[in-house]
Amino acid sequence: MPVNFSRTTSVLALLILMQCMPQAAFADDVSNKRKQELAYLLDQDCGSCHGLTLKGGLGSPLTAEALRGKPSGYLFAVIRDGVPGTPMPPWSALLDDDDIRWIVQLLRNQGTLQ
Amino acid sequence: MKLLAVKRSLLLGVALAAMMPLCHAEQTINLMQRGTGDMGVVVERATGSLQIIEHSSDTSLASVEGLGDLSHASVVFSRDERYAYVFGRDGGLNKVDILNASIDQRLMQAGNSIGGAISADGKLVAVSNYEPGGVRIFDSTTLELLVDIPANYGDGQTSKVVGLVDAPGNQFVFSLYEANETWIADVSDVSEPVITRFEDVGAAPYDGLISPDGRYYIAGLFGEDGLALLDLWYPEKGMRKILEGYAEHDETLPVYKMPHLEGWAIAGNLAFLPAVGQHKVLVVDTRDWTQIDSIDVIGQPVFVMARPGGRQVWVNFAVPDNKYIQIIDTEMRSVVRQLEPGPGVLHMEFSARGEEVWLSVRDEDRLDIYNTDTLERTASLPARKPSGIFFTQRAHRGGL
Repeated sequence: MPVNFSRTTSVLALLILMQCMPQAAFADDVSNKRKQELAYLLDQDCGSCHGLTLKGGLGSPLTAEALRGKPSGYLFAVIRDGVPGTPMPPWSALLDDDDIRWIVQLLRNQGTLQ
Repeated sequence: MKLLAVKRSLLLGVALAAMMPLCHAEQTINLMQRGTGDMGVVVERATGSLQIIEHSSDTSLASVEGLGDLSHASVVFSRDERYAYVFGRDGGLNKVDILNASIDQRLMQAGNSIGGAISADGKLVAVSNYEPGGVRIFDSTTLELLVDIPANYGDGQTSKVVGLVDAPGNQFVFSLYEANETWIADVSDVSEPVITRFEDVGAAPYDGLISPDGRYYIAGLFGEDGLALLDLWYPEKGMRKILEGYAEHDETLPVYKMPHLEGWAIAGNLAFLPAVGQHKVLVVDTRDWTQIDSIDVIGQPVFVMARPGGRQVWVNFAVPDNKYIQIIDTEMRSVVRQLEPGPGVLHMEFSARGEEVWLSVRDEDRLDIYNTDTLERTASLPARKPSGIFFTQRAHRGGL
């Protein structure tokens, strides 16, 4: 498969690069691009209801403090399936499970990332 | 922008040199010696700044920084069209002098707020708050707090307030999201505000709008298929549901951004409203408030706005269709053109006579200006994550 081949090639390239760059902090380019897209979506699109700073709006606050004590599995389910009877929509049509897991991680690690 | 900044500081230099002995106020007035009727502001949501523009030759004039969290910010204008009241998400109320490109006054009036309005006489500015839930009314000159209306209901609960508009007779009308209520605050005597409450108006009112003549207030409902209508000429008749069950035969689709009921897309006897959870624009006969048609569009409509004159209605959309604009011909009642300005088309603003429209294209950090006859883009300007665009002509229209 050409896709596998190119991925293998890029992994090889990465390994070679890592020889020269000890700090090699980057992983797979595509997923990094996706992570950027998801962080942007969290800021801009989730932010339209939850606030750009995630302190809440029509939607609940999503700050690390507000989410303390809420299990990650619960957050995952809320994002994937939405909350019926509220404006929180199911995001499963736009985000796959890996995307959602990464957003949950991002929410959990607010203030400690970057 | 850089050029303009230079131009401004040159102007400032000239003004300072010419007016050394004069007082501060006179310096500021001379900074931009022009009328404001063709001016406007653009909210740059991520940077908490406001860009000041003019739409005679479509240029940016200046930028004002330091306005706080402007996600979901909205703006109203003083009746002399000099001051923009900017309502920030973080509860900030900013009074911006658009001639001087400076913050005249700024205060944090609540923890989390959603919008504002200015009274018919221009003397009062009202802000609707999520936290603490309620409406606060300020003197438009001094920003002194004059009236505090907590949105209390039931057994000591407090509701988020949405859909705040000004109505004739120095009234403000707004809805309580959790309480399913709509209130009229009559502040014609600001020392003795009179509140009229309408209960059980419908499930989860999420926004409201008022007709251009100030007669009808409509609350959009998130919790049910329908809207709630109040005739302000006859408030004693109470609120009634209209368009009930408009979507009962269709599958409800996810809403990735709440529609906005801003302004009033009206053409002749027809009003055009966004459906919720349906990729449709609803067409309503305003004589009896019945639905006469629905128009299929590409996504969940967010803003449904009529070009002044009413021949076209322009529609933008929620994620994932927010790179498009669709234009509805109000006579044919169908989409006649689709534009693709770019990702994140958040807002549009027509000039007063409708010959041009400005769009904010958030994800490409750009404002696009279209000729509404040719439907061609005539100009673009850079802007940082632009959202709302507000022209000063709003000062003279109720309910915006």
